[in-house]
Amino acid sequence: MTTEILARIQFAFTVGFHYIYPPLSIGLGVILVMMEGMYLKTKNPLYEKMTKFWVKIFALTFALGVATGIVMEFEFGTNWATYSRYVGDVFGSALAAEGIFAFFLESGFLAILVFGWNKVSPRTHFISTIMVSLGSMLSAVWIVVANSWQQTPAGFHIVGQGLEARAEITDFWAMVFNPSSVDRLLHVLSGSWLAGSFLVISVSAYYIIRKRHLDFAEYSLKIALLLAGFASLFQLFTGHQSAVGISKTQPAKLAAFEAHFDSLAPAPIYLFGWVNEEQQQVKFGVAIPGMLSYLIYGNTQKPVTGLNAFSPETRPPVNIVFQTYHFMVAIGVLLIIISWLGIFLWWRGKLFRHKWLLYVFIFSVLGPQIANQLGWMSAEIGRQPWIVYGLLKTSEALSKAVTTGQIWFSLILFTIIYILLFVLFIYLLNEKIQHGPEEADEIQSEYEHQKLVLEKNKTF
Amino acid sequence: MEFTFDLNTIWFILIGILLAGYAILDGFDLGVGSLQLLVKDDLERRILINSIGPVWDGNEVWLVTGGGALFAAFPHVYATVFSGFYTAFMILLFALIFRAVAIEFRSKQNSKIWRQSWDAAFCFASILIAFLMGVALGNIVQGIPLGPDKEFTGTFWTLISPYTVLVGITTVALFMMHGSIYLAMKTEGELQAKVSSWINNTIIFFVICYVTTTMSTLIYFPHMVEHFKSTPILFLVAILNMLAIANIPREIHHKRNWHAFLSSSASILALLTLFAIGLFPNIVLSNPNPEYSLTIYNAASSQKTLMIMLIIAIIGIPLVLAYTISIYRIFRGKVKIDTHSY
Ligand code: HDD
Ligand code: HEM
Ligand code: HEM
Repeated sequence: MTTEILARIQFAFTVGFHYIYPPLSIGLGVILVMMEGMYLKTKNPLYEKMTKFWVKIFALTFALGVATGIVMEFEFGTNWATYSRYVGDVFGSALAAEGIFAFFLESGFLAILVFGWNKVSPRTHFISTIMVSLGSMLSAVWIVVANSWQQTPAGFHIVGQGLEARAEITDFWAMVFNPSSVDRLLHVLSGSWLAGSFLVISVSAYYIIRKRHLDFAEYSLKIALLLAGFASLFQLFTGHQSAVGISKTQPAKLAAFEAHFDSLAPAPIYLFGWVNEEQQQVKFGVAIPGMLSYLIYGNTQKPVTGLNAFSPETRPPVNIVFQTYHFMVAIGVLLIIISWLGIFLWWRGKLFRHKWLLYVFIFSVLGPQIANQLGWMSAEIGRQPWIVYGLLKTSEALSKAVTTGQIWFSLILFTIIYILLFVLFIYLLNEKIQHGPEEADEIQSEYEHQKLVLEKNKTF
Repeated sequence: MEFTFDLNTIWFILIGILLAGYAILDGFDLGVGSLQLLVKDDLERRILINSIGPVWDGNEVWLVTGGGALFAAFPHVYATVFSGFYTAFMILLFALIFRAVAIEFRSKQNSKIWRQSWDAAFCFASILIAFLMGVALGNIVQGIPLGPDKEFTGTFWTLISPYTVLVGITTVALFMMHGSIYLAMKTEGELQAKVSSWINNTIIFFVICYVTTTMSTLIYFPHMVEHFKSTPILFLVAILNMLAIANIPREIHHKRNWHAFLSSSASILALLTLFAIGLFPNIVLSNPNPEYSLTIYNAASSQKTLMIMLIIAIIGIPLVLAYTISIYRIFRGKVKIDTHSY
């Protein structure tokens, strides 16, 4: 394999693995704010119990997010040195801003959120929860801004030529508010809220089926369902905004999403299908004619730029982004159905009566996770062959000092370590779920060594 | 030495401050991580580990932000160093990953073996991180082979030399000393007595390494002292550094652990300042072809970016200091284990 392919696989693997955890933290963060806010308002100890339980899960996802995020911070330099030289002037400031404004906020207040229960007043604790949640969303802001600049560069000019060429910033705010950043940020945040809320829905539904911690589970599920109902619709809306945006800024990507080859014809939308790139056909497809034209221009007859308008070496791979994109959208529609069905039944007072729905809830946790991965794959593979859209090709962006052997070494080690981490994560998560929330009068721990300590403390 | 106070210089200093912040704060974390294996009793070990429990993540953010700032201010340094040190860097990343999860996972099972294994991983990762950081520093002093296109031309083995290994070991010793002093502040009773007995040993270990490193630098890398010759006032920093180090045993003797900790922080700051003065205005020295060195000018971003970043820093740094100070205040005093502890 070439260094380029390996470097891409390695980067995609590590960033994809990182992206399992931040959406959970961002989503759970919002839910924690809702729960603790309810506790302060109603003083109902049930809400306190809920907050404390979900904080433990949050701490676990957060720790993995941190461990895998540090890798990402440096991988632009290790894998994409030429790209780093090219974009550093523009891109670096967003990354640095993330550290200063987001990570410090998060990690600082996380200490109070997790360890500070007995050290600060309930109000201060609540403020810390809000700060952690805010911090986690801020880190999404800056990194998505940086990524969006690569997708739709703005606010810069090119200085120097050939190997010396690089982008220099001319307008900071134009860089921050580049054409795609707001749409994509909202889509990413809302995708994270879905990830968090469906985790809560899934765990709660499991308790209900097992008839354990019933009050706790029903309250948790309802809070999460509120967030999921909002976020699932918002996800459709922001996804649509993104699609309209890329029809202008990255037409080749949009054409690949819908396998639209011929620029003249009005464009359909496929529900599913399999693209044969040589014959430029969609096999086994079911299409809604003219729908793409309608969604973008409000007119079913208006033609949409097709892939043939681009020279072959500047087209992204079609079938793979077609599939990832369509699965993401399909999952999006499913999530809307599931959450609104839940809300409807809740309104009719029958939310917990249907066993099959509870089973659907249990498995729904996978939906947002898969869709989040598929979404990034669509966006990033759809951007190929460009690493900075229209300016720098991925093949030119590599580190010159790095050899294939070195990347193999890191790829294999990352694979081993990440599999280990993932297994441990699932195992510990499961254990926390099996143990469930603490009862207030019980000695507050599931672990023997913790209990020992507590007893010792009492006799001090 | 020629010294113009321009944006490039400001950023050289600011990145230095970020790295010094990292060394001082995460330095004691790494030291605690390396030393905690010395106590066998489970409860005692938990006290040691939980002394850094609420703060280690925030401390590590200094490194992350330093990396981001380096990318923004000196993209060529970021690109050259991280791609050039690829393999060494990957090993560092593995250690950072393991350290982060080891502390989180350790208390999550009843089994003794589980906890002992994670504690061992935590210790090993902490030592490795400190060592590799030192090796990186050593390489910057020694210089690395660079081409005219600013790219690293050596291999992994270029980075390992007696000198760089020596700097690595010195860093481990420094952080162990710093960590043991921190522990003395955070513990009480018998455990504190035990911890205090480590301090003397770590100080001796550090001073031996420190003297050896200084001698070898003077002998083999005289370029590091040129600025001191031309601007003798800079010797003050070196003297301050010695005084700070010498002050540590004195404060410990008088049981003023907090003062000892300040002294040890000051000596870290002074050491890095000496290093920065020696290097300036280079950031990465090229050896053998010094004309290809990366300097604060040829490796920097545009003036506009440096200015934007300065504004970001001016807004951000007071916020960061405010959080950091309030967190340390909230968790001040001796460690008490409760159910939320690791
Ligand atoms: C700020 C920049 C940035 C951000 C926030 C992300 N990426 Fe990305 N991604 C890149 C910058 C980048 C890149 C450095 O530009 C890559 C490397 C090669 C390439 O073409 O783009 C890339 C490639 C890349 C690829 C491989 C595409 C290919 O090589 O064909 C995948 C699957 C992802 N990324 C997935 C993700 C996920 C799951 C992310 C969520 C965390 C993510 N990216 C965030
Ligand atoms: C390649 C791009 C990325 C880089 C370089 C990166 C970098 C990092 C780093 C260094 C950390 C650890 C910070 C610490 O030590 O506290 C981290 C954690 C985090 N990142 Fe990323 N990240 C990337 C992608 C993303 C994306 C796309 C999002 C959100 C949509 C995100 C959200 C977060 C959050 C919320 C955390 C805190 C830990 C957690 O909640 O799991 N990151 N990231
Ligand atoms: C409901 C229908 C949905 C539509 C119409 C939609 C549309 C889109 C579009 C057009 C993009 C590409 C944006 C670009 O490349 O600039 C995208 C990316 C993405 N989608 Fe969706 N999406 C939908 C559902 C979802 C769901 C349910 C999730 C996850 C919970 C999700 C997560 C993502 C992510 C993480 C990205 C990559 C980040 C980005 O580029 O914005 N999407 N989506």
